[in-house]
Amino acid sequence: MDMNSVLTVVLVLIGAPIIGCLASGIDRRITARLQGRVGPPILQPYYDVRKLLSKDNMIVNESQNFYVVVYLIFIILSLLMLVFKADILMIVFVYTVASIALIVGGMSTGSPFARVGSSREIMAILSYEPVLLLYALAIYLLTGTFKLSAVLDASTPVLMYTPLIFIAMLVVLNIKLKKSPFDYSTSHHAHQELVKGMLTEYSGPGFAIIEIAHFYEYVFLTGLIFLFWAANPLIGALIAIVAYLLVIVIDNITARVYWQWMLKLSWTFLLAISIVNIAFLYFSGVKIV
Amino acid sequence: MSLAKSPWIIHVNCNSCNGCDIELVACLTPLYDAERFGLLNIGTPKQADIMVVTGSVNYKNVNVLKNIYNQIPDPKVVLAVGACASTGGIFHDCYNVVGGADQIIPVDAYVPGCTPRPEAIIDGVVAALSILENKKKGNIRGKEVKLTGKEVPSNA
Ligand code: SF4
Repeated sequence: MDMNSVLTVVLVLIGAPIIGCLASGIDRRITARLQGRVGPPILQPYYDVRKLLSKDNMIVNESQNFYVVVYLIFIILSLLMLVFKADILMIVFVYTVASIALIVGGMSTGSPFARVGSSREIMAILSYEPVLLLYALAIYLLTGTFKLSAVLDASTPVLMYTPLIFIAMLVVLNIKLKKSPFDYSTSHHAHQELVKGMLTEYSGPGFAIIEIAHFYEYVFLTGLIFLFWAANPLIGALIAIVAYLLVIVIDNITARVYWQWMLKLSWTFLLAISIVNIAFLYFSGVKIV
Repeated sequence: MSLAKSPWIIHVNCNSCNGCDIELVACLTPLYDAERFGLLNIGTPKQADIMVVTGSVNYKNVNVLKNIYNQIPDPKVVLAVGACASTGGIFHDCYNVVGGADQIIPVDAYVPGCTPRPEAIIDGVVAALSILENKKKGNIRGKEVKLTGKEVPSNA
């Protein structure tokens, strides 16, 4: 590790939560405006985290906090791997460990609400994971390697040849950010579903760490969208921002669906269009490097 | 100031006639928009700061009330909304009613009225916030309210 990479790590560790916090604040502001309200200040998520850190930590068992820390560490790790242009397949796996840590944490508390939320989150993983893997496969077919450095060095954007996977990834973004219509494992803010779903038993600092990990996750997920046009970082960032805003709008204009709907949607429609896209890449043999 | 900027409330309905509940929910609607002060109606007691009780306490739900109170992490305040939660209201001499919420758990602020207006409820929350801040500063902790098993009226 040279000086430069140490600097990058520090920058990511400090910068990502700030961006994520602002993104979450903007989300709440836009949501309020769409509902005809004034809405909270942009820095509201920061106030929330600060408040949560000053409260008592009420736990039902010791391991509960351990899983939260695992969740945070693996989210940060997957974000760092993304920034350091590592192996996309590995990033997907590391990211899955993070999601699973939260599920196990929810299960360990023994609350029926947390259990229902956790099992629904398992369904969510079941529905988005294949799409994420096919996304990694598409990058492999286009560049001949899973290494993300090839994507960033390429002159042609990935999106040129993967428009269908892009559509599928937008839905994945929606599922992972836990926005309507897929917000049933746990929900954000004023939405309520089965008390608080997976996160029912977390309080104070434990919940604050989950919120901070969410900030990192916001940056990580929009980073995955950014990769679609990494050839020109400006356009890539623009696409990521537009995708994020689109998810917020979808959140506000749709109602929550059954988890069966999501599974059907992803295992029929999303998987089908992704496979069509992969088949096209495979048989045409296009390369972007 | 850290607590006052994001008060999360949990709403406990003890035998309320629904009048107070509807007014409480009205606080969150676009007209009053309590979220602009960071106020959220949270589902789980473990993440709440302010416990809002509506309705009078009766023998069936007294243990539920204690249970929820015990599950809120410190610092916490209790806000009794409406005549029923404050004193028992029009139900005070019913055969099954214990009385106001303060008979069971320590109540920090009361909102009068049957039913109170949403403005009054928001006022009550603001009053509760300064109490919350003081509790944080003085490190005043709510003591655990013991469950006594089956609560029965003395004349039963
Ligand atoms: S105070 Fe009035 S409106 Fe509120 S619960 Fe009691 S009777 Fe109903």
